[in-house]
Amino acid sequence: MSIDIIIIGAGPAGMSAAITATESGAKVLLLDDQPTPGGQIYRAIEAAGDKQATILGPEYMAGKPLAQNMRSTNIEYVADASVWQVTDEREVGYSSNGQARLVTAPAIILATGAMERPFPIKGWTLPGVMMAGAAQTMLKTSGLAAEGAIFAGCGPLLYLVAHQYLQAGVKIAAIVDTTAKANRLKALPHIPGALRRWDLLSKGQKWQSEIRKSGTRIINNVRALKVLGDTKAEGLSVNAGGTWQNIPSDHIFLHQGVVPNVNLSFAASLDHDWDEQQLCWRPKTDQWCGTSIDGVYVAGDGGGIGGGLAARASGEIAALGSLAKLGLIDTAARDSKAKTARTTLRRELSIRPFLDTWFRPSDDFRVPTDDDAIICRCEELSLKDIRDTIEIGLVGPNQLKSFCRAGMGPCQGRFCGLTVQELIAKQTNRPAADVGYYRLRPPIKPLRLEELANLQIEEDENIKF
Amino acid sequence: MFKRVINDAIADVVFDFEGAKITARSGESVAAALLADDLLSFRQTPVKDLARGPFCMMGVCFDCLMVIDGQPNRQACQVVATSGMKVARQHGAAELNIDQADPA
Ligand code: FES
Repeated sequence: MSIDIIIIGAGPAGMSAAITATESGAKVLLLDDQPTPGGQIYRAIEAAGDKQATILGPEYMAGKPLAQNMRSTNIEYVADASVWQVTDEREVGYSSNGQARLVTAPAIILATGAMERPFPIKGWTLPGVMMAGAAQTMLKTSGLAAEGAIFAGCGPLLYLVAHQYLQAGVKIAAIVDTTAKANRLKALPHIPGALRRWDLLSKGQKWQSEIRKSGTRIINNVRALKVLGDTKAEGLSVNAGGTWQNIPSDHIFLHQGVVPNVNLSFAASLDHDWDEQQLCWRPKTDQWCGTSIDGVYVAGDGGGIGGGLAARASGEIAALGSLAKLGLIDTAARDSKAKTARTTLRRELSIRPFLDTWFRPSDDFRVPTDDDAIICRCEELSLKDIRDTIEIGLVGPNQLKSFCRAGMGPCQGRFCGLTVQELIAKQTNRPAADVGYYRLRPPIKPLRLEELANLQIEEDENIKF
Repeated sequence: MFKRVINDAIADVVFDFEGAKITARSGESVAAALLADDLLSFRQTPVKDLARGPFCMMGVCFDCLMVIDGQPNRQACQVVATSGMKVARQHGAAELNIDQADPA
């Protein structure tokens, strides 16, 4: 039996898309790089019980019925599958269990989600410094939390994880909030639009006040940060309102928002736009999540940050779009089935302009000014190294890459791409959108030569439903 | 250091880390188990020989690279710990050892 739709990513968008598509009789292959479904938002959701519900909250637990639903339908779901390429011929290359495979389908939905925005400060490469999302992942997958940690940065996730730590009874050394005061005024005009998800805003307020009541130290008006330590993190040096102070801790969790994880969509040569509000690239999509390549769709946060519920809705929309395209449903059915999802999506996106403006990461934390701050973690290049290279007269990230290897390490620019782009923009006085991004090519995940040599091109009978 | 605030493991898994026995919860990654054991530095970097450890825990930063069952450059945050596994820190870049490659 041949596959109708290949879905990449089993988070909220991918699971919803898979369920919707299967309900209409499509044969779905769902590939995911984690051992269990859920994506980052619902990570390890299947194993979650009462304790997780108390600590992680109802938004997390909402993923459980979704995962159950996905498991109960007739979807070919492959866990631990690392997808290293998607071509414009809709050919997907992936590896699982040491075996590389190529599969094709008339429709492909990329649901690869988001990752945290780089936070390039001095010392962010030291052991003990992690992203706040990583702290949350450890809570979800292993019930692990670090006593006396520092949470630094801005954005809802920072306070969400801090609040979850308190729910778990874990003390926090300090919350160091880098949100610029000036953002508030700019966010005001977006309040009317945000009213439809006012519950979310009041929830944020509630977390903040509970954190404050717990006696946790909160530092505001932060202008600069440096991680202390030589071989491991020993604390955070904080410049608040012009004066420096040191807070000791072995664990520092950084966060300044999430951005679409675009390595696969870029490597698939989809057209992308620079989003000035969210300060990130997003693949160009139409109202059915279709992209610049016929039959390739993008759903969820990988197409622009909207959060878990928006991701579920856009997953449904992408599935309906591809079902109609494949002739499995007619356009009337597509349009009527998409109604609820569209309402959800509109509601969820209505709060974004407010959130994106309020929590816009400050220029100095996106484009560092500290010469020693590492920009490219893999090739270990500092701000000075990058700046000196741009000085030669380079105009784009790809030139920079060939001159100093920035973005050429194993992470393939995931943690330096945006910084390098904005650095070049600043130094050459051009808009970030004009500077562009690294040209990304497959394989976007490490692929062993042995796997490539034994590449298996899937014959239809190998796919079991 | 990290501590278990939720401990609902059904079964434990024991693996070897440079000669030491590490207990992991079934289903968790090698990286999580080692962090729980207070190991923060997983490798020495290839360029400047500096200590690095897990940063993203979701497979995007590649800072958790270790030698797992003899194979270098494995993402410890993506590899589920299994009993009997042999894990070691990675020093610098992985060496391409042609002699050891299986000719078949
Ligand atoms: S910790 Fe980032 S890839 Fe493993």
